[in-house]
Amino acid sequence: MTTATGIQSGVWLLVAIPALSAAVLLLAGKRADKWGPWLGGLITVPLFGYALALFFSVKGQHDREIDKHLFSWIPVAGFHVDAGMLLDPLSIIFILLITGVGGLIHIYAIGYLSHDEGARRFFGYFNLFVAAMLLLVLADSYLLLYVGWEGVGLTSYLLISYYYNRNSAATAGNKAFFANRVGDVGLSLAIMIMFAYFGRTDYAHLLFGNVQYTKGVAAAIGLMLLLGACGKSGQFPLQTWLPDAMEGPTPVSALIHAATMVTAGVYLIARSAAIFEASQATRTVVTIIGAITLLYGCIAGCGQDDLKRVLANSTVSQIGYMFLAVGLGKGVFAIGLIHLLGHGFFKAALFLSAGSVMHAMNDRIDMRRFGGLWRVMPITFAVFGCGYLAIIGFPFATGFWTKDKIIEAAFDKGGTSGYVLGICALLGAGITAFYMTRALVMTFLGEKRWEDDVHPHEAPRIMTWPMLALGALSLVGGWLLIAGGNVQKWLEPSVGPSIEVGAHTINKWVLVAITLVVVAMGVAGGWVAFGTRPVPVTPPMGVSPVTTLSRRNLFADAFNEAVLMRPGQWLTRALVFFDNRGVDGVVNGAAAGFGGGSARLRRMQNGFVRSYALSMLAGTIAVVAVLLAVRFQ
Amino acid sequence: MSALVSVAAAAPVPTITTPSVAYLALLPIFIVLGAALVGVLVEAVVPRTERFAVQVGVTLTALVAAAISTGALHNKTLTTPSPRGSDPFFRGSLAVDKAGLFIQGTILVLAVMAALLLAERSVDVGSPIVASSATVVGSPEDKRLAASGRVQTEVFPLMLFAVAGMLIFPISNNLLLMFVALEVLSLPLYLMAGMSRRRRLLSQEAAVKYFLLGAFASAFFLYGIALLYGYANSVDLHDIFIAANTSTKSDVLLYVGLALLLVGLLFKAGIAPFHSWTPDVYQGSPTPVTAFMAACTKVAAFGAILRVLYVGFSSTSHDWRPIVWAAAIASMVVGAIFGLTQTDIKRILAYSSIAHAGFILVGFLASTADGTPNKDGIQSVLFYLLTYGFTTLAAFGLLMVVRDADGEATHLSQWSGLARKSPVVAAVMTVLLLSMAGIPLTSGFIGKFIVFKAAWHSAGPLVVIALVTSAVAAFFYLRIVVMMYFAEPPEHGPTIAIPGWSTTIALTFGTVVTIALGVFPQPIVDLAGKAAHLTT
Repeated sequence: MTTATGIQSGVWLLVAIPALSAAVLLLAGKRADKWGPWLGGLITVPLFGYALALFFSVKGQHDREIDKHLFSWIPVAGFHVDAGMLLDPLSIIFILLITGVGGLIHIYAIGYLSHDEGARRFFGYFNLFVAAMLLLVLADSYLLLYVGWEGVGLTSYLLISYYYNRNSAATAGNKAFFANRVGDVGLSLAIMIMFAYFGRTDYAHLLFGNVQYTKGVAAAIGLMLLLGACGKSGQFPLQTWLPDAMEGPTPVSALIHAATMVTAGVYLIARSAAIFEASQATRTVVTIIGAITLLYGCIAGCGQDDLKRVLANSTVSQIGYMFLAVGLGKGVFAIGLIHLLGHGFFKAALFLSAGSVMHAMNDRIDMRRFGGLWRVMPITFAVFGCGYLAIIGFPFATGFWTKDKIIEAAFDKGGTSGYVLGICALLGAGITAFYMTRALVMTFLGEKRWEDDVHPHEAPRIMTWPMLALGALSLVGGWLLIAGGNVQKWLEPSVGPSIEVGAHTINKWVLVAITLVVVAMGVAGGWVAFGTRPVPVTPPMGVSPVTTLSRRNLFADAFNEAVLMRPGQWLTRALVFFDNRGVDGVVNGAAAGFGGGSARLRRMQNGFVRSYALSMLAGTIAVVAVLLAVRFQ
Repeated sequence: MSALVSVAAAAPVPTITTPSVAYLALLPIFIVLGAALVGVLVEAVVPRTERFAVQVGVTLTALVAAAISTGALHNKTLTTPSPRGSDPFFRGSLAVDKAGLFIQGTILVLAVMAALLLAERSVDVGSPIVASSATVVGSPEDKRLAASGRVQTEVFPLMLFAVAGMLIFPISNNLLLMFVALEVLSLPLYLMAGMSRRRRLLSQEAAVKYFLLGAFASAFFLYGIALLYGYANSVDLHDIFIAANTSTKSDVLLYVGLALLLVGLLFKAGIAPFHSWTPDVYQGSPTPVTAFMAACTKVAAFGAILRVLYVGFSSTSHDWRPIVWAAAIASMVVGAIFGLTQTDIKRILAYSSIAHAGFILVGFLASTADGTPNKDGIQSVLFYLLTYGFTTLAAFGLLMVVRDADGEATHLSQWSGLARKSPVVAAVMTVLLLSMAGIPLTSGFIGKFIVFKAAWHSAGPLVVIALVTSAVAAFFYLRIVVMMYFAEPPEHGPTIAIPGWSTTIALTFGTVVTIALGVFPQPIVDLAGKAAHLTT
């Protein structure tokens, strides 16, 4: 680990600049309404330039772990909490993703929100998000990471509830906030365990030092970190907030709830590779959660009529793939991260084209009211098509390179567990192809089913250019990332070398063929079900139990309501009752005791100088008496 | 200064030699005293219309110059403790050491802020200081003066004299000199307490109370010195230290003397059970004067306690520790409990300062395993004093801008809903109160953390009590915050006056320091660590 030199020493600017811009936008008030969105949107361009410069500067160095110590927060003998930033291959790919894809989405948002009166507020929050997210990935200790972690949670809440006068948006914001609180408790517990056992939380000591973790400590920290990761990344069992989070403006869905923030959980696990490496049990839990979630997301995605909810469920599912990958062990971390990057490209492309559709359809998002849009919105259709090909893993598009690698790694784990995980992943790929085909067909192909007052049109150029860029990246990005194993090699210092785990259970080419067949079956199923016959404009009733299951999100919300919310309410009521009668008795008693004592004692402070003098005299006698008593005891 | 020479002359030396003096090291004191004398001359010769500007200029220039010269001194090797005969500071009467300089620097910077508050002229007709203190309250002359906007400027030289006393007080190695410094700092404060422009009777009552009780405490202090002289045959802290270790006399005199000395010092620092003057005096005094007393006097008094206990009585620490324990507990408990039922913000802050004094005393009890006081304790006390001073000064200063027809609106109910009228005032007050409650990212948290950390090993139970009382005290700080943000504003509520440049500077500086020391405390913590050294 070396210290930062040259342009690297300004790395804190990456956090400071968007934070400053957010402060300007939020504090300047109406004055900034005109130029505010432009400032907020374009501030990301120099940030991306700086991130690129940092990348090349680090690339040119032999030791690629660079620490920038900022200041000591609590420097007391034996107890140090410092604030610093770590530039290493892992954090660099994240800052490139956040400023790069984030920059494109910011520019898109300038167009998307051009008619919105609150655009300045939106960009204030958006820039604040970028600052918090960059702090999250650049922090060099878990404590500072936690600051960024809470920051992105806050901005996510603010942006989901951006249309705060809509009841659904306000509720969705609260839901996201509560689910995240559960996860955040996990992360904060993990940090407390670190303090308790090691007295510090910096990566240099915990991850890159030679700390010998006992299994118990590693499992405790790992599981708590995992709880935090599940909350932030919308993983089972804390996944239900993510589809609801689509109530926010579409750029928010694209940036925060697809490309960056929800991948923070994957980052956390990849960053903590050393801790997860020490506990096999925890890694198994990670893979199981990944497998459950990827299937859950796929199945829930099949029954939605809201285009953005389909994409949200697919995000849940794709992050499930990433969890599966990082849970498989050290050799597969890099694959999971590459899928994360690729997913950042194609999911952003999909969301931005969905936003473009919404923009054209008077903010309506029901796919049953779309259809035949490819004629009027060719660019949007093309971009969505690129994203579609990428996510289903069409040969040579991004998903083909990145997702299929995860399926391969799951099979290669070996044993029964390898087969179970592999088949889950394979099945997921098939269902993904099915529901994405359904979405594509219902939105862009077939008859037009618009209402009469809708006049769809292509979006302005400030929106289409970023979309096209992301569409192109969805097609070729995967190949760029995987070609020559460059990214894997680049990530080696952070997450270890990419090695093939175990022997190939199934021949690589056979597996590719099987995957393609499964995907083709999914596509065909989707086409047969939705492309060959007219789509009803209202959801049909009396459907199969599977469809109902899917429409109701596998009853996850109902489950939460019945198992957590209702008993929670009863528990709360019971606790309130108990609290009023029992605890309050004690607490209020204590408070009343203090208060009453205070009121009674107050009489001593009666304003008469003679009483004060008397109390001083009494005090003096006491002091003399105690000193003599101590001396002559 | 002639008093000092005669003290030196009283020492049993065959021939009287003129003591050598390192004038440079005492420059801050000379600057402040000189400026005070210039201030008196200004009163005599400068026409009334221009006096205010001139006095403010003289005061600020002197205090800033003194602060700078203190800063310039801090890197020099100053003290040459031996041989004592050739000691450059009035034969060892003064000890300009690192800790002394840190405390002097703190006092001077805080005094600059207090002077800026005193120079406020925008929020009220004239200034917060009464035009003529000698006029009978309520007489026609008094009413005419109150409406006229005439200002009184004697308060500036008075303040400079008090500051000079405060600068000498914590560096005195000689108890008689310390007593003189105590009086030099106290007498102007008694006067200043009675100079409020509004609520003059309350202010005069405060002044009389402060004077009577202060005289009472001084008498104890002086009697303590007499007893110690009887024991050690000297009033020099160093000689008392040696005598305590070597003397074969009965040490009743030593302990009774120490006890009475402590009473005088604890009184000045506003520590229970010698705190009873604090709420009444803080409430009655003009607010800038209250801010000055709460910040600077407390720092000076703690500096003196540090010196007396660590230089004169470090070998008897086993014997005085129980007293300090008891006083710390009493102060924290009294401050927290009494604060709960107060309805006047000025009184709440007064009780808060009593509780803080208790927290600072906890830092005194940090010691090594064998009971000798250690460096961490001194460091924590120095740092806490600094953070406390800035936060308290700004908090009192802020009270000046919330006003109604009768002057400052300090009743709690008048502050309800303040955030809607003035988000800035409410936000600043919130930051300051959170700092007093010890919430992270404010200086108060770091200060408390360092004190508790230092004292944990040698005074664990005390730290537990301190944590409990700070939780109780948090209630009344947060109650103000809740009132400001979540209560409906009263119908005929107070108005927010726009403060003048000087108050604005002082308040901004205090708030910025409060936040900055919460986020980047390192340089100042290191500075306090380096300063944690007393010449014995």
